[in-house]
Amino acid sequence: MSITEILFGFLAIVAVFSALMVITSKNPVYSVLWLIVTFFAISGHYILLNAQFLAIVNIIVYAGAIMVLFLFVIMLMNLNKETEPQKNRWLKMAGAVAGGCLLLILVAALKDTDIKNQQAMVNGGSIGLIKNLGKELFTTYVVPFEISSVLFLSAMVGAVVIGKKE
Amino acid sequence: MPINYYIFLSLALFAIGIVGVLTRRNAIIIFMCIELMLNAVNLLLVAFSKMHHLKALADNAATTVGTDGQLFVFFIMVVAAAEVSVGLAIIVMMYRNIHSVDVNFLNRLKH
Repeated sequence: MSITEILFGFLAIVAVFSALMVITSKNPVYSVLWLIVTFFAISGHYILLNAQFLAIVNIIVYAGAIMVLFLFVIMLMNLNKETEPQKNRWLKMAGAVAGGCLLLILVAALKDTDIKNQQAMVNGGSIGLIKNLGKELFTTYVVPFEISSVLFLSAMVGAVVIGKKE
Repeated sequence: MPINYYIFLSLALFAIGIVGVLTRRNAIIIFMCIELMLNAVNLLLVAFSKMHHLKALADNAATTVGTDGQLFVFFIMVVAAAEVSVGLAIIVMMYRNIHSVDVNFLNRLKH
């Protein structure tokens, strides 16, 4: 068992466990903190796949900016107490069964695909480095890149318009 | 690393996100579960990108096949950031109006 497999297994267990803690924690603040752990585990997977740019962007944008925004909203609205009223237990069970059925069907459908013997390249390849990604982003994908800046501007204006007191 | 492992890991994370959306009532936690599902898809896109890169690398040592997948992940992150800012503004407005973030109070479309 190579070190890569050990690292993959460890990161996978951390990601799944912390994702489970996100949906089972009563306190929303703990949910946010566990979600940050999940994002760090996924960033570890990116580093394992040598997608270093995405790993750093994932930490900066998701764990850094988006999760802080979530924490701000939770703290500002004073939701950090365990006041969520208990939902009907049968409804909860139905939700879990529905999600489990989805997982079961997707796994059953995908476990015998044609690509199941192919390998994902770990510890190598230079397509995930900034040089290659930047060149591609600013030549082939320059129009979507500019459009996404317009999207950001409209999202900013929309957030201010929705959020301001009338 | 076999691609199967990445498929199953992403499916597990995605299913956990689905279960969270279906079982929780707090709007913020539902929103966080949506982020979790987006991240599961991102992970699978990167794994597929590296899979295609490995296959193309056998023919041409200087190939850049698979870059598209990672750029799609980048654009998904961009759209997710914009989505979060608007979504949290909507949740704040909802809290200001009904003093709760429980989605069960938002059932006026039913009547």
